[in-house]
Amino acid sequence: MRTYKPKDNVQAKPYYTDRFYVSPQVPKQDVSSDEVFASDLTVLKENFTIHDAYIQIGQMVVYINASDNYKVLKLLRDKLDYTQLSEMSAIDWLAKQNQFEIFYQLLSMEKRKRIRIKCFIDKDEAINSVEKLFRSADWSEREMYDMFGIKANNHPFLKRILMPYDWEGYPLLKTYPLEGDEFAAWYEVDKIYGKEAREIIGPEIRDTARVDRYDSERFARLGHEVPKGTKITGNEQKQPLAYQEEGGVFMIDKFDENKSIIITDRDR
Amino acid sequence: MAQHKVNYSQDGGLPVALTTIDKVVNWGRSNSVWALTYGLACCGIEMMASGASRFDFDRYGTIFRASPRQSDVMIVAGTLTKKHAEFIKRLYDQMAEPRWVISMGSCANTGGMFNTYSTVQGVDRIIPVDLYLPGCAPRPETLQYGVMLLQKKIRAQKADKSQVKKRLI
Repeated sequence: MRTYKPKDNVQAKPYYTDRFYVSPQVPKQDVSSDEVFASDLTVLKENFTIHDAYIQIGQMVVYINASDNYKVLKLLRDKLDYTQLSEMSAIDWLAKQNQFEIFYQLLSMEKRKRIRIKCFIDKDEAINSVEKLFRSADWSEREMYDMFGIKANNHPFLKRILMPYDWEGYPLLKTYPLEGDEFAAWYEVDKIYGKEAREIIGPEIRDTARVDRYDSERFARLGHEVPKGTKITGNEQKQPLAYQEEGGVFMIDKFDENKSIIITDRDR
Repeated sequence: MAQHKVNYSQDGGLPVALTTIDKVVNWGRSNSVWALTYGLACCGIEMMASGASRFDFDRYGTIFRASPRQSDVMIVAGTLTKKHAEFIKRLYDQMAEPRWVISMGSCANTGGMFNTYSTVQGVDRIIPVDLYLPGCAPRPETLQYGVMLLQKKIRAQKADKSQVKKRLI
């Protein structure tokens, strides 16, 4: 931990305050605070099991059963005017709860509203493809398969989209090392020259400007902060980190006309 | 009628120049270094700028060709991904000898800031490189200077490569 310093100087208060240790949460509103979302949610609740629903930054988030995903999106598209799937992918929660979280971000141009459908699937479970409902899901589901290894049932062409077809491993899993595993390190050498060329070409020389976790002079040791220049023993206390996807750091604010300054004089 | 008789002993001497085969061949080669259009990322934009009128590569006889069969130098301008690695090797193999490679920018030199699973950590893992240009991205002046250095290198080489020991890989 950091050494104690007297905190009497009011002028220097910002330097004493640990701003990022306990992160502010993105505020959640009740769904009843928005008429359109409330009526949408009642329609959803009549037909499906809803685990949780709330409004965050003007968008409704709804948790459903993973097996309902096709029917829910079909209802949203056909009956509730959510005609565009602007984004979908997965979040890796394997370490925490051995599950993937899948989200679908939908947009209604009619209602001018965005809604986010979320569901959890187990590690080796497949999800139903929604490619028949939204064409944009075609490539998104391929990317989800490429990056996480999540299979989409009934997808017409479930192949890797970014990585080469003969690639092994799923790079966006949190267990996948950023610099690649053994397969990734030798991929191009093995493919072009064969395994026997490994000795001639040699291992990859990675960037020498890498972050050294034992160097407390130049690096912050994110999550294990110590005073500058401390000798690292490996027994440093862990500091909590907060991520945006955990409902953590408050970074975005919805645009509000009343809070804004409207410039009428163009030549000011 | 005017007389057109040339006095060889006075007007610039005999119409004969003494030189070596190496020098003549290298003079030709170094002044027509045709480059393969091979922009892989943002360095490609600088390479295009070098080819366009402000920097004007044509002055050096460097003309961009869209085919490896017609190119002498491959300017690897940008990030080489592992997915693309086999194609750079194939294109390099398709170029006729003698051929040269300029590795342009940090990404092509060492993988640069892309210390990741999907980026080749330097094109010299795949093909031999003659010239490394630093920068992210190098300015067109750097590439111009690089081509001038390459010309210098070509002029210093033996014209007949078969006499020189071949490099492995």
